[in-house]
Amino acid sequence: MTQSFDIIIIGGGPGGYVAAIRAAQLGKNVALVEAKHLGGICLNWGCIPTKALLKSSELYYTLQKLDQYGLEAKNTAFDLTKIVKRSRDVAGQLVAGIKHLMKKNKVTVFDGFARLAGGGKVDIALNDGNKNQISAPHIILATGARPRVLPGIEPDGKLIWTSKEAMVPETMPKSLLVIGSGAIGIEFASFYRSLGADVTVIEIMDRVLPVEDEEISAMARKAFEKQGMKIITGAKVAKLEKGKDSVTAHIEAGGKTETVTFDRVISAVGITGNTENIGLENTRVQIDRGHIVTNPWCETHEAGVYAIGDVTAPPWLAHKASHEGIICVEKIFGVPGVHPLDVKKIPGCTYCHPQVASIGLTEAKAKESGRAVKVGKFPFIGNGKAIALGEAEGLIKTIFDATTGELLGAHMIGTEVTELIQGYAVAKTGELVETDLMHTVFPHPTLSEMLHESVLAAYGKAIHF
Amino acid sequence: MSIEILMPALSPTMTEGKLARWLVKEGDEIKSGKVLCEIETDKATMEVEAVDEGTLLKIVVPEGSEGVAVNSVIAALGKAGEKYEAKQTSGRADEQTSKPAAALTPLSNISAQSSQALSQDFVYSSARLLVTNQGRIAASPVAKRIAQERGVNLYAVIGTGPNGRIVKEDVLNAVQQTSRRADEQTSATKLPTPAQAIPAAAAGPNAKQLADLLGQKYTEVKNSPVRKIIAKRLTESKQTVPHFYLTVDCELDALLAARKALNEKENAKISVNDAIIKAVALALREVPAANAAWTEEAILKYTDVDISVAVATADGLVTPIIKGADGKSLVQISTEMRDLAARARDNKLKPTEFQGGGFTISNLGMFGIKNFAAIINPPQGCILAVGAGVKSAVVKDDKLAIATVMNVTLSVDHRVVDGAVGAEFLAAFKKLIEAPSVWVK
Repeated sequence: MTQSFDIIIIGGGPGGYVAAIRAAQLGKNVALVEAKHLGGICLNWGCIPTKALLKSSELYYTLQKLDQYGLEAKNTAFDLTKIVKRSRDVAGQLVAGIKHLMKKNKVTVFDGFARLAGGGKVDIALNDGNKNQISAPHIILATGARPRVLPGIEPDGKLIWTSKEAMVPETMPKSLLVIGSGAIGIEFASFYRSLGADVTVIEIMDRVLPVEDEEISAMARKAFEKQGMKIITGAKVAKLEKGKDSVTAHIEAGGKTETVTFDRVISAVGITGNTENIGLENTRVQIDRGHIVTNPWCETHEAGVYAIGDVTAPPWLAHKASHEGIICVEKIFGVPGVHPLDVKKIPGCTYCHPQVASIGLTEAKAKESGRAVKVGKFPFIGNGKAIALGEAEGLIKTIFDATTGELLGAHMIGTEVTELIQGYAVAKTGELVETDLMHTVFPHPTLSEMLHESVLAAYGKAIHF
Repeated sequence: MSIEILMPALSPTMTEGKLARWLVKEGDEIKSGKVLCEIETDKATMEVEAVDEGTLLKIVVPEGSEGVAVNSVIAALGKAGEKYEAKQTSGRADEQTSKPAAALTPLSNISAQSSQALSQDFVYSSARLLVTNQGRIAASPVAKRIAQERGVNLYAVIGTGPNGRIVKEDVLNAVQQTSRRADEQTSATKLPTPAQAIPAAAAGPNAKQLADLLGQKYTEVKNSPVRKIIAKRLTESKQTVPHFYLTVDCELDALLAARKALNEKENAKISVNDAIIKAVALALREVPAANAAWTEEAILKYTDVDISVAVATADGLVTPIIKGADGKSLVQISTEMRDLAARARDNKLKPTEFQGGGFTISNLGMFGIKNFAAIINPPQGCILAVGAGVKSAVVKDDKLAIATVMNVTLSVDHRVVDGAVGAEFLAAFKKLIEAPSVWVK
């Protein structure tokens, strides 16, 4: 017998489980189908475990400069196995938390692989070998994405890693090649460099973190190079030759090809949506370059089938997926006041060292749009708290529409900026203008004072610089 | 102690206005809510209501005064017998002893005031509806800033943000709509017919924005230039011309018989519509007052009887003209009409063939429509909407009988033609239709 629900959500990542909770809050009978692990990539193999790893590497990095704080430690060392175990434990703890949340919200969780069977039906190949069929008038696809594979640099999981293998190293590579300098590539580059590996980063674009503001990219590159990272931009890896315990990379840059041998390679060249084997071929759902096409309400071309998160268009961020999950569910069940997601109001964070965070338009994009802009910059060196922390490198940059005072974009690099960007996200969503931000009182001494100073700087009124 | 009444700001951008008319006089007892005067801006005329009560001591600004600055004293209220003495502008210091001026505050500033102060204010009535309970407009700072920059009246903008808050997008849409309307008005001045300005409608979300907002599905059909002109002219007509409607039934049997006989005799293909054109033309000769148009200075009574006939084309409606229709034979009208209609459908009419005319006929009888009311084709004064001839039960000599009845409705511009004149025209038309022997030949 086919069990029927009000809504079925396929995929239990930050998009799917949040959608499930929201639907349950609305009093709906919710089914969630998850093939591997609740929490998805984010909790298990992405955002969270990497933050745990980076905490360890950052502490180790700090240990190396303890003297600067008047401290001393002898025989500092790290245990890679313990670092990895901690990261796995953190993920495990959070996954248990999601299980609890599902139970608390009375969401029926099916452990298995779902496939659309047409007419609102979903076939599930349960992980215990059994089969099941469930149905609902609304089905949300939240199947996420996986690392993109480029020809010539196919990961093998041993010598050539994706982010997943890079998260659970058994031994510390002496030399490491990271292909791709987006958020994922750069975070691993930071982690391994901080623990002492020789790290080379290859980026096909002309700068690292290419989606970020150019000035921030340049500052990031300088900081990484100062830490001893080797960065080659405008370059690509044509071929990888696997040896016994090493990989030789053919790197093309500036019209020349160079061959360099590394212990390990991490391929971080983007992601592709998980659209296969879920029964899309029998639907009108359309796929564009590996991702499902949706309208602002997360509706696909097939009535009653919706898609959210990484399986849809960028930005591919957990918080975007969660937000879409809520919008999608509220729209389906007619909650008043639902608004489509505006990508210009989604902050992005990269947890390299130093951290990078941004929202809205870059300076170049803002100027391209033909607007008169006002740009404010405030360096960490002008902030008391930053100096006290011993983290005086960094910058907060704001871009305003000179006519309307609208905050068009904000870009930052430096310690803990991923925790600061949210101030500007509120400002953007509330459509605040420069005077609102100028009139806001920021507590002293905090790094957040720089949010204030950057706005003041845009109007020639910065106090401490 | 007198209470000063100040010139109100009728919109956030208003700085001065004309005090058009006083509706009260000095010495009148004023009750709260009484309309005191009318204020004119370049956009609108608004009535100003009293909130405070008392005797109108003094009218400071006489009616008809132009360029009266916002917040200047226009009148004063007080106790009967009390004398009003104008305060110096710098005499604001005496506010502590005298009651604060009942300022007609620009609404945008109201939020800054206490609700008690608000109750002392004169707020023009239509704006009241738009002020929220808290007495302030819910708009984001960016939306307010853009509105200020672009001169958008936030009171006319519908908010789509949280709790109906006006957000940036709403103001930008309003700006876009206003500029689109301005474009249309500029191009309208190039039209052959004198175009009247369309009163600016309140800027709100258009159908597309609403559909997108509500997730309604649709397909878009791009408007052709002709479609746009039709839309503009009809909107202008329906919004600015005071229409009224007169309806009458005409029995067609005699006309149908006469037409049949004539067609046989002349080997012609005269249609009922051709006959209606001729009958209208003859009726207009009898009642020339219905063959007329309105201008601000004078009513134009056309010398010739030129009948515009609505023809549906793929692109919309066109109205080719049978000129001097009263002097043409039915066969002539029939031949000419066939040619005009065919070329209208092929979009091959010369401008002189569809521009002008003094009276329009619109016939939907062929679609089985029994009765409808048409929108006047400006600048003409009348349009006749013709329904289908339908066999109906009629009472003749107190007995039930069968007759082919055609219902016609005359839409009339009341500025040009009064009810009695319209009725006279319809009576003449009905008489002609029902007694065709005199003219169907």
